[in-house]
Amino acid sequence: MEKVKKTAHILEKIMRTIFTVCGFFAAVLVVVITVFLLISGIPAIKEIGIVDFLFGKVWASTADDPSYGILPFILTSVYGTLGAVLIGVPTGIMCAVFLSETKKGIFGNIVRKTVDLLSGIPSVVYGLVGMIIIVPAVREVFGLPDGANLFSAIIVLAVMILPSVISVSETALRAVPKEYKEASLALGATKTETVFGITIPAARSGIITSVILGVGRAIGEAMAVMMVSGNVPNMPGLFESVRFLTTAVASEMAYSSGLQREALFSVALVLFAFIMLINLILNFAVKKKGK
Amino acid sequence: MKKNIKKGLIFMSAAAVLGASLAGCAKDESGSVSTDGSTSMESVIGYLGEAFTEENPDIKFSYNPTGSGTGIQAVLEGRCDIGLSSRDLKEEEAKDLDGTVIAIDGIAIIVNPENEVEDLSIENIADIYTGKITNWSELGGSDTPIVPIGREAASGTRDGFESITGTEDVCVYSQELTSTGDVIQTVASNPNAVGYASLASVKDTVKVLSVEGVMPSEATIQDGTYKIQRNFVIVTKKGTELSSAAQKFFDFATSEAADEYITAAGAVPVKR
Repeated sequence: MEKVKKTAHILEKIMRTIFTVCGFFAAVLVVVITVFLLISGIPAIKEIGIVDFLFGKVWASTADDPSYGILPFILTSVYGTLGAVLIGVPTGIMCAVFLSETKKGIFGNIVRKTVDLLSGIPSVVYGLVGMIIIVPAVREVFGLPDGANLFSAIIVLAVMILPSVISVSETALRAVPKEYKEASLALGATKTETVFGITIPAARSGIITSVILGVGRAIGEAMAVMMVSGNVPNMPGLFESVRFLTTAVASEMAYSSGLQREALFSVALVLFAFIMLINLILNFAVKKKGK
Repeated sequence: MKKNIKKGLIFMSAAAVLGASLAGCAKDESGSVSTDGSTSMESVIGYLGEAFTEENPDIKFSYNPTGSGTGIQAVLEGRCDIGLSSRDLKEEEAKDLDGTVIAIDGIAIIVNPENEVEDLSIENIADIYTGKITNWSELGGSDTPIVPIGREAASGTRDGFESITGTEDVCVYSQELTSTGDVIQTVASNPNAVGYASLASVKDTVKVLSVEGVMPSEATIQDGTYKIQRNFVIVTKKGTELSSAAQKFFDFATSEAADEYITAAGAVPVKR
């Protein structure tokens, strides 16, 4: 008996160590990545000059007289993400309302299962579909010479953020107490008024979380947008061939050397800073409104 | 007691790791050839590699399609045996590396099959890619805008194309794609597009144009009448001896026996 207890005790200790190590491992990784990006990203910014780097409009990293301005990438990433949020978030929230309001019938289940599947599709497949269907369609519909542009990328990104927006929003909407809705309906509000006036505001913090996830996915996506955005470092325009922060790193890193490579690390650092900033702002918003 | 158990665990896991790494080392290293580099050489290396493995079934042959720049970098850093480059070595690279031409490749100028244009001069091509000519009607085609498709900055095909047409750093691309396949796919799906791609990889989904009246073919590339061509180079490090397996492959790729495979892959063997 004593022996069994002792063995169990030792096992407990070992497992506790393993859990602690794993817990710290994740935290350490974040620190390591941050430090790595700072160390490898800052020298190039210093050499190029922070103003020239962040606000330079020309990126010509392999030219004889190279120029490393990443303003086109920053604006493209910002516009692309905003556009995707503008299209994807309302659609996603309405879909979540539909899912949370329908009884668990076959129809609702089919939609839910499909949304789950959508989140499992690899981004390269989104890119492929975008390249073969959306790019030619955009060219035809808008009468453009070429359909690979910011607009196509926004559409692909909007679809890609749908699953996270829908599933997190749905959970939040379902968690709203039934009594809120019943009280609203009893006071004579219509169902639509109840959804927009009561349910969605009550689920606000969950919905904002879903937007954070969506923004994170959109700004960090590389593969799919690389295949549909044309990938030329132009200043962004809706129907202009553009390059994102992510695709700038992805398309040049493999071949780069010297200052070009360091500048790409700096681009990654800027991207990282953006994601951190967005997380902070939105987290702050959640906390403030939650009070 | 507890401490002992912990120590025992550590020792055991350390032994396991050690054992695994030893097992890894036991493999005969000389029995493999690793190549790394140009994506345009995929077809040529595919044929050569297959033929080589058939003759030497014990030698493991690998090819990592990363791009000429990366391949050259990889040899320099000793990460692969032989680098593959679809451009000649730059002066600074040639200090530490040896380049051996194994084949010549024509860069085909491709358009959508719907396009009526059949022939372009080098000057026309340069004007298209620098944005001086923007409509197909200026070249005898229909009245539609030209969409110039290119490759990413460090591509060997782009380097070859731009240096031959004299358009380095001044090209105005509508799309910069990261692989030969993407260029072909995009040109095949856009009636306004023009692109460039290794002749070896061009399929009949796109139309190949003649340049200065010369269609790219084995004969016209070998005698140099087709102007837009470049060398396929295998790169080795100066002063470093290849492993016997890698040397075997090097000898095979530069021998006459390789010619038929190079031809089968769509490239043109070097005149000996």
